[in-house]
Amino acid sequence: MYISSAEIEKIAQLAKLKLGQSEKQELLRQLGDIIAYVEKINQLDLSQVPAADSADIEPVNLRQDKIEAGLTPQQALMNAPAKNKGFFSVPKVIKK
Amino acid sequence: MNFEGLDYLAIRRLIFQRKASCRQLTNHYLSQIDAAKKFNAFISVLKKYALTSAELLDQRLQKSDAGPLAGLVIAVKDNINFRDSLSTCGSKILANYVSPYNATVIEKLLNADAIVIGKTNMDEFGMGSSGENSFFGPVKNPLDPNRAAGGSSAGSAVAVAASLSTAALGSDTGGSIRQPAAFCGVVGLKPTYGRVSRFGLVAFASSLEEIGPITKSVADAAAILEVIAGHDTKDATSARQPVKNYSDIIRARSRKIRIGLPREYFVAEVTPEIKTAILEVVKKLEQQGAEVEWISLPHTEFAIAAYYIIAAAEASSNLARYDGVRYGFRSDGSQDIEQMYLNSRSDGFGEEVKRRILLGTFVLSSGYYENYYRRAQKVRHLIHLDFKAAFQQCDCLIAPTVPTTAFFLGEKIRDPLQMYLSDVFTVPANLAGIPAMSVPCGTDSNGLPIGLQIMADHFNEETLLQTGNAVESIVKQCKLH
Repeated sequence: MYISSAEIEKIAQLAKLKLGQSEKQELLRQLGDIIAYVEKINQLDLSQVPAADSADIEPVNLRQDKIEAGLTPQQALMNAPAKNKGFFSVPKVIKK
Repeated sequence: MNFEGLDYLAIRRLIFQRKASCRQLTNHYLSQIDAAKKFNAFISVLKKYALTSAELLDQRLQKSDAGPLAGLVIAVKDNINFRDSLSTCGSKILANYVSPYNATVIEKLLNADAIVIGKTNMDEFGMGSSGENSFFGPVKNPLDPNRAAGGSSAGSAVAVAASLSTAALGSDTGGSIRQPAAFCGVVGLKPTYGRVSRFGLVAFASSLEEIGPITKSVADAAAILEVIAGHDTKDATSARQPVKNYSDIIRARSRKIRIGLPREYFVAEVTPEIKTAILEVVKKLEQQGAEVEWISLPHTEFAIAAYYIIAAAEASSNLARYDGVRYGFRSDGSQDIEQMYLNSRSDGFGEEVKRRILLGTFVLSSGYYENYYRRAQKVRHLIHLDFKAAFQQCDCLIAPTVPTTAFFLGEKIRDPLQMYLSDVFTVPANLAGIPAMSVPCGTDSNGLPIGLQIMADHFNEETLLQTGNAVESIVKQCKLH
């Protein structure tokens, strides 16, 4: 087994996903297959190889840090599932 | 006026010679889209917007005041933001998301007078190789509706293949432009990493993906690329490399070209008919003066493993933003914020997206990071070096785009690993960041299109397009198409 039931529960919790029992069983099989396959890279001796952080083609070009026009508050809120007086609204965070 | 089967350059001539109007053209595509609903290529059709744009453009054409892409009616993958229209990414979690801004590629297309006709269906967030992983239902291949159109830019490839638009934009993270282009018999170009701004492209795996055109001809791909390419201050990864006039370059007579055939791409897993079709075209190129040699890309067999570790890791990070707070789907009735996150993400994401988020979280988690993610980055470096060495010997590489032609819908959907393996020849270009293009290369005995892939060194799109143009002429002459 490349991934255990306890491990899958732990990563699901980290990723903020909840899994049903049958979903979990299928994922154990599918992720197990995928992880077994990607372990193929262990056949290579990589001790002397540097890690590529990205495609390593060009340096990242940062623009000057200056204020420019962006979204208006209305635009920023237009897709909010719940809003209240110009703010995003969420279930109560602070317990009494 | 019959526009059926015409590429953009042919349509452009009709428009500029006033033999057809943009309104006629747009109406033609709108009725084609209506008649082709069974392929499920579009998530939204912008009928009113497209017709209004066409009328305004017709007035400007009368005054000879039209941009370089006038007469281009383009379909756009639904992960590219277009202001005031839906951008769903094929996901329930963004099913009602209306974009408040334009992606840079959209700004550039509109400035050049292209008309956006609609947003195309896709595998959710670009995760899939068959067009089946969409909340809005599977996309069907117009050449055989029982077969997959490829993925993830499935709707974009179908729009072009079935003449529902003049051309389309797709995005390619591991083959998502080239593989559906191959399955549907059209041209698909993934530019060099950084060549085209990704500002406004919804992120899946930021170190791998690129926006590019899907078209009926190589010349059309050149015409669109020269408009959408170039540095953009809104995308820190966009390159400052100069953009050439690709349309002129492909018309120029190409110098003697050196073509490499990577042995690892002509292995037993490739359908014999595909190998034969591609090698036949290469033989013709050789007769026309190209130098051809077999070369090796020795780490090819490790590309899929490295790709699925890196892409999943980046996806797990990029998709953390969907939390039901600022935009997107929120599950009703959660008692506290933790439950709201859990319920919104679990109900909003589809199976494949959850699978990749979990895989990505696993390979990045403490105790596994060094063994998986770090090692995958090292393999990525080796793949990059393979290509660098190859381009010392030759100007471009020719290989199959996919080992098979279009598979059946449902054939691989329960076996994600088998689905991933269909990307074996497309992911290396993303890992190395090099440009690559799929060009139609005839059909197999079932009448299904074969894709020939050309790969070139970083920022060498001109060699890609020149070679693609030569391949296209050979295929047409041989009536392989």
